Amino acid sequence: MLSIDFRQIGIVAGKEFWDRIRNRWVLAVAVVFTVFALVIAYFGAAQQGAVGFRSIDVTIASLVSLVIYLIPLIALILGFDAIVGERERGSLDLLLTLPITRKELILGKYAGLAGALAFSTIAGFGAVGLILSPQLNLNALFHYAGFMGSAILLGFAFLSIAVMLSVFAADRTRASGLAIGTWFFFVLVFDLLLLGALVVTAGDYGGAIFPYLLLANPADVFRVLNVFSLDEVRTLYGLATVFPEALSNPATLGGVMLAWIVGPLAVAIWRFER
Amino acid sequence: MASNIVEARGATKDFGTVQAVKGVDLTIAAGELFGLIGHNGAGKSTLFKMMLGLIPITSGEILLDGEKVNGPRFRETRRKIGYLPENVVLYDNLTGIETLYFFADLKAVPRKDCPALLEKVGLSHAASRRVREYSKGMRQRLGFAQALLGTPRLLFLDEPTTGLDPGAIRDFYRILRELRDEGVTMVLTSHILAEIQERVDRLAIMEGGLIRATGTVQDLREGMNLPLTLEIAGGAGLAEQVTRVLHGIAIESIEEAGSILHIRLPREAKMPALARLATLGDTMRDLHVREPSLEDVFFGYRN
Repeated sequence: MLSIDFRQIGIVAGKEFWDRIRNRWVLAVAVVFTVFALVIAYFGAAQQGAVGFRSIDVTIASLVSLVIYLIPLIALILGFDAIVGERERGSLDLLLTLPITRKELILGKYAGLAGALAFSTIAGFGAVGLILSPQLNLNALFHYAGFMGSAILLGFAFLSIAVMLSVFAADRTRASGLAIGTWFFFVLVFDLLLLGALVVTAGDYGGAIFPYLLLANPADVFRVLNVFSLDEVRTLYGLATVFPEALSNPATLGGVMLAWIVGPLAVAIWRFER
Repeated sequence: MASNIVEARGATKDFGTVQAVKGVDLTIAAGELFGLIGHNGAGKSTLFKMMLGLIPITSGEILLDGEKVNGPRFRETRRKIGYLPENVVLYDNLTGIETLYFFADLKAVPRKDCPALLEKVGLSHAASRRVREYSKGMRQRLGFAQALLGTPRLLFLDEPTTGLDPGAIRDFYRILRELRDEGVTMVLTSHILAEIQERVDRLAIMEGGLIRATGTVQDLREGMNLPLTLEIAGGAGLAEQVTRVLHGIAIESIEEAGSILHIRLPREAKMPALARLATLGDTMRDLHVREPSLEDVFFGYRN
């Protein structure tokens, strides 16, 4: 068992991060976040005939819906070719003859990409937070910061899945197919399946375990994490009564999210080292 | 330091039911310039990757400077190695000097050593240009500079002169000779046999996953006992006179191509034939003894 050299991880991470800064990936994603968030904050209630900033709770609830679509997609696109891309271009063999272990290479790639994603998220949503800040009290700012933090964790989880796919996929084309499939499954299909199952069984069987099944999807963990920390939204969704107490604990949900980050990455390392 | 810097014992690689490398024994001494030749599919790339630790060995072992490449002294062993892959792929978005900085960092080589290496491979003028704008030959030279980072003791060069023009090939071998003078061991593969035959100390011929022969170019020629060719230039009536004086010597063939006579004969007939040809005097204007080329040797071992 070889020890981990954090300097090697840092060198690879630094290269990945600066690559994304230099090709303006970070800037582009941050601008997308800012623009979408501003539009949602100011025009989110346009359908009800009102324009302008409303409460932070409603704004965050709208942003959550946006982020659930956007961040998994961005993270999957960012990470799907991390390993398979190097393999296909032919630069992987050269890297692997250097004094760096496969584990360090994956961790470095992940750390660099995660850094770029976190940077974009903080810059993009942070800019909106600054613009809104005159209208927010401390409590609202705290909620907004929590939203940003959980959005970063959501990105990390899907980036971890993407890096895992990039280790398993035989080529870039297949990796991109797997990434898109993953996005469809977790973001579009998963909730429908759960709902369908609930309706088909008329809620007679296993109704109690359904809330726990939400933990099997990092996008749902993110939604629950945000929706249940907001009083106004909790009442709005009318979910407070059906949701088990154990799951409304942010620490538990954060732990599940952490597992979604560590798990796929560990599988990726295991596979890459074989 | 081990005196044999590369040592393979019964090195075998199976891909499923296909045995790509079949129990190869090979030793390369420190300071040698060693060539590995074989056609595509002979197993030389696989053997190369096994030596570099890029693919696991099914059975047997390979030691580099007395250590397994993926063994407990992994990092130290790898710092002694430089590798130039065939058709090296680098990062298009980095400049030449940034590329070297990245690899230098990973090899724990000071960045201040990088400009001198670019100078050495003749890329100083393109140091701050993106690799995207580099020609194939420039990429190959940058890849070579990368392999030289940290003064490696052992260089693996896979088809190193692909994409280089003749001038660059000459420069490349000049650098290899300088490195050999510094005691660096080099293992290189090539399919341009004529190019490496004058330049390597020893070589191995690989075929069907096995090493068929190892030795100096001369050893291999003699081991095959391939016929030599005498090329004789002369005036009218040369062919008849030559045939007359060589009567009784075991000649394989005599062919006339323009004013040049090509005589193929076994190695042991060379000296007697030369003695008799010397009696021809002015009829003969010039004479060359042509050794079998590495191609002849190579195809001789294949058949």
